[in-house]
Amino acid sequence: MTRLPITKTPKVYVGGAFIRSESARTFALPDAAGNFFANIPQCTRKDLRNAVEAAAKAGPGWAKRTAYNRGQIIYRLGEMLEARKADMADALAVGGATKAAAAREITATIDRLIYYAGWADKYEQVLGSVNPVAAPYFNFTVTEPMGIIGLLAPEAAPLLALISLIAPAITSGNTVVALASTTQPYPAIVLGEMLATSDLPGGVVNLLTGYRKELVPTFATHTHLRGLGGVASAAERQTLKLGAADSVKRVKLLKAEEPFDWFAEKAQGLYEVRDHLEFKTTWHPIGA
Amino acid sequence: MFNEIGPVDGVGIEERVAKYTTRSIKKNAKLFGLKLATSMVDLTTLEGKDTPGKVASLCQKALSPHDDPSIPTVAAVCVYPSMVRHARRALGSATPVRIASVATAFPSGQAPLRTRLAEVRAAVGDGADEIDMVINRGAFLAGEFQLVQDEIVAVRETCGPATLKVILEVSELETYDNIRAASFLAMRVLRPNDFIKTSTGKTSLNATLGNNQVMIEAIRDFYLNTGTAIAMKPAGGIRTAKQALQFLVAVKETLGDDWLTNTRYRFGASSLLNDLLRQIEKERTGAYQAPYYFSEAAESY
Repeated sequence: MTRLPITKTPKVYVGGAFIRSESARTFALPDAAGNFFANIPQCTRKDLRNAVEAAAKAGPGWAKRTAYNRGQIIYRLGEMLEARKADMADALAVGGATKAAAAREITATIDRLIYYAGWADKYEQVLGSVNPVAAPYFNFTVTEPMGIIGLLAPEAAPLLALISLIAPAITSGNTVVALASTTQPYPAIVLGEMLATSDLPGGVVNLLTGYRKELVPTFATHTHLRGLGGVASAAERQTLKLGAADSVKRVKLLKAEEPFDWFAEKAQGLYEVRDHLEFKTTWHPIGA
Repeated sequence: MFNEIGPVDGVGIEERVAKYTTRSIKKNAKLFGLKLATSMVDLTTLEGKDTPGKVASLCQKALSPHDDPSIPTVAAVCVYPSMVRHARRALGSATPVRIASVATAFPSGQAPLRTRLAEVRAAVGDGADEIDMVINRGAFLAGEFQLVQDEIVAVRETCGPATLKVILEVSELETYDNIRAASFLAMRVLRPNDFIKTSTGKTSLNATLGNNQVMIEAIRDFYLNTGTAIAMKPAGGIRTAKQALQFLVAVKETLGDDWLTNTRYRFGASSLLNDLLRQIEKERTGAYQAPYYFSEAAESY
């Protein structure tokens, strides 16, 4: 007996659930050979709004967890990816990655997660400080997460770049709404399935797929997003900075027109964590 | 009485209200709806921890919900009887915002009738323009309809000129048929533009589109039979502007434009106002707004 193939409907991971776009729109994703592969949700600004609501709900609980616990959960995400390397390799192959290239990207991604998992309970010691002041005060600076961060993934390295943007943001207790690569969104869909099984509370990481030109203006103007990061073209950077100035949010963008090596050592670091932190300095009176 | 007023088609109601959530209301129509809903809010604080200071700031919010002068004041503030005089002091005597007070041993209603009436008298004496009473649900469920009605009449007489709102507490009436019966029981002794109200907001299940629909259909049927227009107030559980617009759609499509005014329709809510302001601001600026740009409301319901 012949069996009908059961194909997966790609859905995006938002608020701990797998959803279609509220618009019900999709765009066709071809595989590397140019044949139809799947219909990917074409998320709209309303999906972005809903994702921000989900992130806002998850935010306080995530930030309140101990740094140690956040580290454990990010480490577990690495474990999930390690166990499902083959699935992810297939997802990367859709975009044309060779077996070797996919394996290299997945390994680098897992290493990146483990790297930031390690930082979770350490960045505060390095970035926080006790400041000398010429008065009888104990003066110290501590970090706080910004809140909800909007991230724009580049077209290249659809998995590694996405994780390289998400991991430092959530390490410190931020929540994230990320727009996946438009040309290679499928690895982000599969990543959502791993996030769902990684102990990461729903809503901490929200992944959207769709067209940048439809979503970038809303990323720019949504006042509930407290920071923007990722990779953007010159025109997008202008839109993002104008919108961010209006709603007073921090912007840290890489230029899409300049090549960036996501595999390099300098693609990860403490400063990537610092990009999504606010600093709070306290003057505490001390006795004689 | 149940034979006389007829049963409720429960499935029909659920089907009908499910359709209300599918209306596409955008741009000018949405802005109109949001402002209308703002003008219909009974801004409510009903907590054990209420203080005169909190009531005063609630009144301030009621008078000027937002910087934008085109946004109307809310219809009323709704407070406990002991807070009525503080609300009156905060609002003054010449004010568009009315003072509603829950009375009659809210929320249970389990006190002797003379205590409940004394509470109503005190609230009106302190300056309440509107009284929200609870019906005796125990008596209703025991079938003592006359007793329930007599108590409503007693409270109505005690109210004097104040508008009366009769809280049916739908979650304790169990069925749609009971909600319809209780609505008629109250409406038959109410004056024009007195209200029937869904709930106290103190139980698990509050105003839903379904309950609202049963009650506004009762109001419609009563109006068509007698010509007396009774007003409606859903309360509890309406937190978002989207929900408020859906309730307004239900009103427009069931009762018509005559009920799209705050003398005939109200929302009992505390956090709804902030979401309405947030959505109005979104329409004005085009940018989605963070909730913390709008002051926190009392979270009681």
